[in-house]
Amino acid sequence: MALDKNGIAKRIAQELKHGYYVNLGIGIPTLVANFIPPGIEVEFQSENGVLGMGPFPYEGEEDPDLINAGKQTITTMPGAAFFDSATSFAMIRGRHVQLTVLGAMEVDQNGDIANWKIPGKMVKGMGGAMDLVASAENIIVAMLHTNKVGESKILRKCTLPLTGVGCVKKVVTDLAALEIIDGRFYLLERAPGVSVEEIVAKTEGDLVVPDVVPEMIL
Amino acid sequence: MAITKTVSGPEEACKGIQSGMTLMIGGFGLCGIPEVCISHLAASGINGLTCISNNAGVDDFGLGLLLRNRQIKKMISSYVGENDEFERQMLSGELEVDLIPQGSLAERCRAGGAGIPAFFTPAGYGTEVAEGKEIRVFDGKPHILESALTADFAIVKAWKGDPAGNLVFKATARNFNPMMAMAGKITIAEVEELVPPGALHPDEIHTPGIFVQRIFQGTGYEKRIEQRTVRKRI
Repeated sequence: MALDKNGIAKRIAQELKHGYYVNLGIGIPTLVANFIPPGIEVEFQSENGVLGMGPFPYEGEEDPDLINAGKQTITTMPGAAFFDSATSFAMIRGRHVQLTVLGAMEVDQNGDIANWKIPGKMVKGMGGAMDLVASAENIIVAMLHTNKVGESKILRKCTLPLTGVGCVKKVVTDLAALEIIDGRFYLLERAPGVSVEEIVAKTEGDLVVPDVVPEMIL
Repeated sequence: MAITKTVSGPEEACKGIQSGMTLMIGGFGLCGIPEVCISHLAASGINGLTCISNNAGVDDFGLGLLLRNRQIKKMISSYVGENDEFERQMLSGELEVDLIPQGSLAERCRAGGAGIPAFFTPAGYGTEVAEGKEIRVFDGKPHILESALTADFAIVKAWKGDPAGNLVFKATARNFNPMMAMAGKITIAEVEELVPPGALHPDEIHTPGIFVQRIFQGTGYEKRIEQRTVRKRI
């Protein structure tokens, strides 16, 4: 069974380590905050200017002055801090944030990522994504393995305008966990019940498959 | 004695803003935007504006109001999603748009206010953002040269302010406001509460008054929420 969005987020949450400052992108990445492994402390940074982001507010307690980068109303945890956008990106560019999780339309085996524009059809803008991918030491991409018509989004070479080059280290999809090493995808794990054959068939980029591919433990 | 910069309201604050000028508008999404001045500009008939702002509001609020009136010729932003009219005008070519990475936008405003003409950043290397820009390698990593931004007028929104122009922001409504305040040739600050001189402790001031030329207390703030997200009480 392919993972749902929460399953992908749950698998990515296993990458969180004690003491990490983490930036979560819009969409599936936001869900990662719901699955922090027990016993570890992490802080979530949102690039519009908050460290120590908490859960969504209870109904009636929304504060229009307190939002995340997805413009959603949020709360803060004890010990949170607010700052301006230049300071926020100093944290990102200056590599003070240990992990960035973001979504993508395409990734390729060189670690290139595309997620901000489909020429002539859709332009959302890059927001903070280009700054994040250019500077983060550890980037995990959360995405679906294929598009709506079943074509692979795990490519030899991205076709859409790029957000960053040579930056993605790890990809977690609804089918698999992949690592990018020296210009190739390595199959680390498969989603529960998903066959290696299915992953191979749905991966356009070069994929190295070890003899034994464990199932994810979620 | 502190220099008093209090003006009567949006009309006096926006005096001198003319068609064809470049404006910086603070805020992130609808959070921390100068609602009162934007409404004033929407009713002013001024057009041909270049607006530097992270977003462009939504269809019927914030800078979306100026877009709807075709008062904006060019937007310099990082993210335009969730605004149909913006996307439509951009894809049809009616609106000139310069999309730049959010961190570069913030730093370009800061640089403009800080007298730094340009700086190198890794953001955007290898993408269309880097086209035509100087590339230089530092510590083995390629960076692109980004230039500073300034504006004829910067319009910012703060929570509290005093007649000297000192500003305090609330929560994430701070965002781009402090850097834009620095980068305006004339900076207008609208505040929710204008307090007497001395009421703000010097330690708590986020933007020192030197960056602000005009200040007034706005009224009728709507403070719309773009994505209302809540959790259930258990």
